[in-house]
Amino acid sequence: MRWLSRPLGTRAMGSLLWPWLCAASVAVSLLMLATLLTLLATRGLGHFWPASLEEVTLHSGETVIGQPVREAPLPNAAGMERLYFTGNRDIDGTRWRWVAIDDIAEKSVPDEIVRLERTPWGDFIGRLSSVERAGERLEGDAAWAFVTTALALPDSQRPEAQLHLTTANGQRVIQPLSGVTLFQTPNAMSWVQKTAAWSQRIWQFLSEGPRAANTGGGVWPAIFGTVLMVILMSVIVTPFGVLAAIYLNEIAHQNRLTRLVRIGVRNLAGVPSIVYGVFGLGVFVYGIGGSIDSWFFEEALPSPTFGTGGLLWASLTLALLTLPVVIVATEEGLARIPDAQREGAVALGATRLEMLTRVVLPMATPAMLTGVILAVARAAGEVAPLMLVGVAKLAPQMPVDGEFPYLHLERKFMHLGYHLFDTAFHGEDVQAAIPLVFATALLLVLIVLVLNLTAIFLRHYLRRQRGNEC
Amino acid sequence: MLALSSANPTQAPVTRFSAETCCLSINQFHLAYAGKTALRDLTLDVPRHRVTAFIGPSGCGKSTLLRAINRLHDLNESVTHHGQIQLEGQDIHASQMNVTELRRRVGMVFQTPNPFPMSIYENVAFGLRLQGRMPKRKRDDIIEWALTSAALWDEVKDRLHRSAWQLSGGQQQRLVIARTLAVQPDVLLLDEPASALDPISTLKIEELIRNLKSQLTLVLVTHNMQQAARVSDYTAFLQQGELVEYGPTDQVFTNPRLQRTENYITGRMT
Repeated sequence: MRWLSRPLGTRAMGSLLWPWLCAASVAVSLLMLATLLTLLATRGLGHFWPASLEEVTLHSGETVIGQPVREAPLPNAAGMERLYFTGNRDIDGTRWRWVAIDDIAEKSVPDEIVRLERTPWGDFIGRLSSVERAGERLEGDAAWAFVTTALALPDSQRPEAQLHLTTANGQRVIQPLSGVTLFQTPNAMSWVQKTAAWSQRIWQFLSEGPRAANTGGGVWPAIFGTVLMVILMSVIVTPFGVLAAIYLNEIAHQNRLTRLVRIGVRNLAGVPSIVYGVFGLGVFVYGIGGSIDSWFFEEALPSPTFGTGGLLWASLTLALLTLPVVIVATEEGLARIPDAQREGAVALGATRLEMLTRVVLPMATPAMLTGVILAVARAAGEVAPLMLVGVAKLAPQMPVDGEFPYLHLERKFMHLGYHLFDTAFHGEDVQAAIPLVFATALLLVLIVLVLNLTAIFLRHYLRRQRGNEC
Repeated sequence: MLALSSANPTQAPVTRFSAETCCLSINQFHLAYAGKTALRDLTLDVPRHRVTAFIGPSGCGKSTLLRAINRLHDLNESVTHHGQIQLEGQDIHASQMNVTELRRRVGMVFQTPNPFPMSIYENVAFGLRLQGRMPKRKRDDIIEWALTSAALWDEVKDRLHRSAWQLSGGQQQRLVIARTLAVQPDVLLLDEPASALDPISTLKIEELIRNLKSQLTLVLVTHNMQQAARVSDYTAFLQQGELVEYGPTDQVFTNPRLQRTENYITGRMT
């Protein structure tokens, strides 16, 4: 035997090396995961932090106020330049300003610089000179006090007022108070105040609707749409998948046809998701939705009710997409249950249905939940098919509201995955939207995590309840 | 001693009991798995309120026969059979025989303990619940009686609502016996009930088998010669799907009629 004659050194090395190789693979995977999460968390959450604003006077006499973002080398080794976020797109035509570091004559961080978020036009960075309210003009501390108290009130109770603002170059701007969503003096804030402002902005991001064509504001409709769609999908896919798995594993004759069906189901899991989207569009939206419209909603035609993408069709398409996952997981769970359990039940006089419902299915519940977990994880992150069957850039109405029948399955909805894509590539100022993209991505990861954890805890609870190991 | 008549000692024995003492009567029973014969024209009577042991080498068909009495082969489509098995004079394969009722009357305990993934109480109540609603008080009484009969009550009475899977292997097997007893069967089939257990648990199960025969008829399949000698009243020796010898255990073990039987029992042939 040749392998015996190999020098012992190589073999010993090999057996020493391979555990390290395995461990290294695990370490690399973990490292990449950690990098991903750290990147999303820092870039996403950092966006909401009230960063200090610098006032820079250039050698030319020009003044720039803004938040330093990053530095880059100038061509021809001419030193470095720094990018400032300056806001004021209505005045300057841009939100960004590159400043060569050598051009800076003087740099300061004055306390009185304010940062505003307004609709329309987004951020304003500059100074507050006075407030005009019902003909009365407030200046200095009185103006500050008025603005802070007015902005603490809910939108509807805010008094009518005009803010007189000055930009870095002394240009005057008049801004109605009603359009202001944020008013900060980051340079004057303590750490505690900054943290409070930070949490408040994160909360606004989570709880408000989008503004300015998805480049600002919050993502609440998208969160709601994503979760609602995933829940609907689970409700549809679970019974179908479980029943199909029971048929394949417990009822069907185990012959060539069953094996063929099983291979087919497993392969369906590998079909690209956009194909399911096309199927959903053709069959659900145009086929079934079109027929429903012509039978029940004829008075609304030609504008479609169900004959266009909507929550129901998106959920159905994703249910179809995740069906193989649920079937395979449930089938594996059923196959793991020893025949002794089935025979034990049957030998006590249970019928086949009683055996299934009282012994087999309770034992297979954890496996079914595993299937649902995998399905949820896949569905929550899927974007491509949704673009065809019902996701909207901006849905005018939420799919759930106080109007009968409360749950509107035919409405288009917003989805975090699509929102992310839209913010990243379809905004006018992509650079400004990038932090929001990271924040949305982080949120999407967290939502999938929360949905999964719920199912995992449920499964754990079920296992604990009966001391079940399978 | 019960009346026992045997036709020809050198041929396959045709062993008969009188109708009053016979519980199970197997008549010319033939069974095949996908065309492969497992039991060949078996004829055998099992006496009421006695322990009958089936012994024989692996694959001789003793477990197959046991499962046939419970009609567990119904679950497997590739099994074909002809001939008769009668329980108290009724053909168990007759069309008017309700198979779930048959399985209630013929309890079965398997080689590996198979308690269901529920509490001890629910395990024993399983068969009762299948039969329909009954007052909780009555059910509790039956469960206590069944667990007592299976010599398990004292060990589990304080944790009836804990998972049955936390019991030891021996306790689990006695729980399975209790679960079967709870539906008050006429016959209890035991398929190597102690082969997966330690010696002490085995002794407990054997003692239980001896005590239970006052209540019902027991049929025991075992690989363990000593066990068959210790607990059974009658012993049937099967080989390659045929009944080789059947008689009172003392006689089969001390004075077998056939050389084949003696060889197997003394371990000269497997």
